[in-house]
Amino acid sequence: MGRFVLRRLISIIPTMFIIVTVSFFMMRAAPGGPFSREKEVPPAVLENLLRKYHMDESLPRQYLRFLGDVVRGDLGPSFKNKDFTVNQLIGQSLPNSLILGLTSLTIALVLGVLFGIISAIKQNSVLDYTTMSIAVTGISVPMFVAGPVLMLIFAVWLKWLPTQGWITGRQGIKTLILPAVTLSMPYFAYIARLSRASILEALRSDYVRTARAKGLSMPVIMVKHVLKGALLPVVSYLGPACAGIVTGSVVVESIFVVPGLGTFFVRSALNRDYTLIMGTVIVYSLILVLMNFVVDIIYGFLDPRISYR
Amino acid sequence: MMKRSLILALSLAVISGALFAGGGQSSSAASSGAKASAEFVVGNGTEIQSIDPSQIEGVPEARVNMALFEGLATYNPKTNKAEPGVAESWTISADGSVLTFKIRPNLVWSDGTPINAQTFVDSWLYHLNPTTGSEYAYMPGMVIKGADLYNTQGGKPSDVAIRAVNPTTFEVTLVGNVPYAIDMMAHYAFNPLPVHVIQKYGADWIKKENFVSNGPFVLQEWIPNDHLTVIPNDKYWNKANVHLSKITFLPIEDTNTAYQAYKNGEIDWSTNIPLAIIDQLKLEKDYHVQTQLGSYFYYINMSHPILKDVRIRKALSMSFDRQELIDRVIKGGQVPAFALAPPIGDYKPATGTGYDLAAAKRLLAEAGYPDGRGLPTFQIIYNTLDAHKVIAEYLQQVWKNNLGVNVTLQNLEWATFLDERKTSRMELGRAGWIADYADAQNFLDLIVTGGGNNDGHYSNPQYDALIRRASAMPGGTARDQILHQAEEIAITQDQVVIPIYYYVSQNIINLDKWDGWYTNPQDSHPWVGIKRK
Repeated sequence: MGRFVLRRLISIIPTMFIIVTVSFFMMRAAPGGPFSREKEVPPAVLENLLRKYHMDESLPRQYLRFLGDVVRGDLGPSFKNKDFTVNQLIGQSLPNSLILGLTSLTIALVLGVLFGIISAIKQNSVLDYTTMSIAVTGISVPMFVAGPVLMLIFAVWLKWLPTQGWITGRQGIKTLILPAVTLSMPYFAYIARLSRASILEALRSDYVRTARAKGLSMPVIMVKHVLKGALLPVVSYLGPACAGIVTGSVVVESIFVVPGLGTFFVRSALNRDYTLIMGTVIVYSLILVLMNFVVDIIYGFLDPRISYR
Repeated sequence: MMKRSLILALSLAVISGALFAGGGQSSSAASSGAKASAEFVVGNGTEIQSIDPSQIEGVPEARVNMALFEGLATYNPKTNKAEPGVAESWTISADGSVLTFKIRPNLVWSDGTPINAQTFVDSWLYHLNPTTGSEYAYMPGMVIKGADLYNTQGGKPSDVAIRAVNPTTFEVTLVGNVPYAIDMMAHYAFNPLPVHVIQKYGADWIKKENFVSNGPFVLQEWIPNDHLTVIPNDKYWNKANVHLSKITFLPIEDTNTAYQAYKNGEIDWSTNIPLAIIDQLKLEKDYHVQTQLGSYFYYINMSHPILKDVRIRKALSMSFDRQELIDRVIKGGQVPAFALAPPIGDYKPATGTGYDLAAAKRLLAEAGYPDGRGLPTFQIIYNTLDAHKVIAEYLQQVWKNNLGVNVTLQNLEWATFLDERKTSRMELGRAGWIADYADAQNFLDLIVTGGGNNDGHYSNPQYDALIRRASAMPGGTARDQILHQAEEIAITQDQVVIPIYYYVSQNIINLDKWDGWYTNPQDSHPWVGIKRK
């Protein structure tokens, strides 16, 4: 087990190296640059700007300089958010994305599994059709539609919640509700459908039939026999879901003005803010590979057939 | 057992829902209580890039800057003309080339350090220093003698013709008689900078704990992408007219969110207007629209083998009804434009080419393409924005129906769009220009030969000569006539761009509640004087 963990951890290094290298050169291949302006910058000023950000050096040299800085943990100055370094911007915004993402994932997981259980137990009943209809709605309605609709209902009409802002502002924790619910919708729906299908499959299995024959009550069968196995697909989905929910909150962050990393990610790409693009790519990639790694470990605990060799 | 668990879970869900709902109401009450004071919340459009006056560009930054800094001159909130700021008065030499400012006595920065004439010498030299990398240094470079030499041509600080005659007298020698120099000096490119703090902290002078300003407000907090707040500067000379206890700038990019936040009472002034509900908005008294000193037009690639024929360019310009485009497509009350520069003061824009479909068809036939037959397909490029898209689609449809001209559309994201528009590949590209200062030459400079913004690659020595001549003339009717003559050549005669409309500023603010906020041609709104009624 220890060796497996160590080997997986070490394998993250070449993965990250490839991601950083490919991203760096792809980014530079895109047209435009951080100093593209409608009002042309005078050549002398442009030269000074290029020098200031080491953009006057050759591309390989810039790449090596960047790698060296990354190893030292310095992601450099932002080209556009000129008063902050990339480290500061990520340090301030990543926790917000994580709070939003983890709250959404918790909502998605708890409600998704709950709906999955209800739906599976009451298969083909009105309750089943209702819960699965809600799940289908969650999958099919895009977040840029769901968000404004929820905002209209709960903020503008009912006046229960604010339309925008974040927990650090005047409206406090209430600002988390609408973005978290919006962001959780597709994940909740997917988890609900996934757990329903797995639970149904488990309920039809021989070991559950045996448990029933032994006279065990339904709740005991569910908790002890069904859920442990049936939730395996859900657990394996949690890795990409967690990464997706943390990194994929761009639309929600924009709609509800959440100061998360997603907004910087999109804006940095549009602005050709090279250092910030690389910083966000590194963070998102790390989240993705670490989540997959964690899921691999948890999967082993849940499924005794998996051995760490 | 299972049923009991389910009931328990559902009960918890209902209870927590009720708690959240209750919390919402109490907090709403709290927020409306806070609004009873003179706090003001602005939906500022987007996250600002900097609060350092030497590094900023753009309107959202200018709004924050106007709270934090004040230059020699500031803007009159109704007319946008320059009025005394740090300088209590100024005089202009007989030949119009030397400005002498009388600086108010006993002025200090927010840390108590005195502000005097030498502050402006140091600040402007810092702005102009090439290593500062100030992208707006070109503005002082345009009007101050020797400033461009120092900023872009390897000159020395001593080349810049500014001097502190004594602590309260600051003298500026201009490149000539520049009629718009005073109005220009209210721009943030001429702001003072706390050079004593910059020398002490270097790049970290901008950090909250080090930051020093001289405007009506000082920085309280800035969390990127979340909010920026400012509170009154008790060392500001005109603090008696500062009525707001706090201004919060919110970087709301989504136009729908901005509108909903306004409707919900979370912001007091929204600068972001959703195009989709413009008809509904126009009926609301909080919606304020004002003609702005800005032009929306299409660049035409003058070196394109077919578009270089002026008859084709004129046919394109004459074949659509701008008023219909405004009324049916963009709906914001914009003003049809037939020239590049808008009317500014006494300046009368070029006549241009109006809607005349018969003439357009005739010109196209004369060029050898009757009803568009044989004419290759052109491409319009525009950057991502709903308004640009619908305008391009309208022109595509109208040119097809009216002239038989086929046009394809290419939507590009901003950096790619700029890159593409500057190449010789561009055929037709959307463009817009908002005046940095109230003078027609600010627009006409766009299309001088070799100019950095001349993306259509227009070149006419006659036009260039007239623009050069106007640059050296004092303001007044004679200069206006020269500029008008130049514009007639470029637009009415050569049709180098397709003018479409003059911009309007659109804002949502309740003027029954707020006093001191006025619509004006540059959409610039000083914070001094704004108060709750």
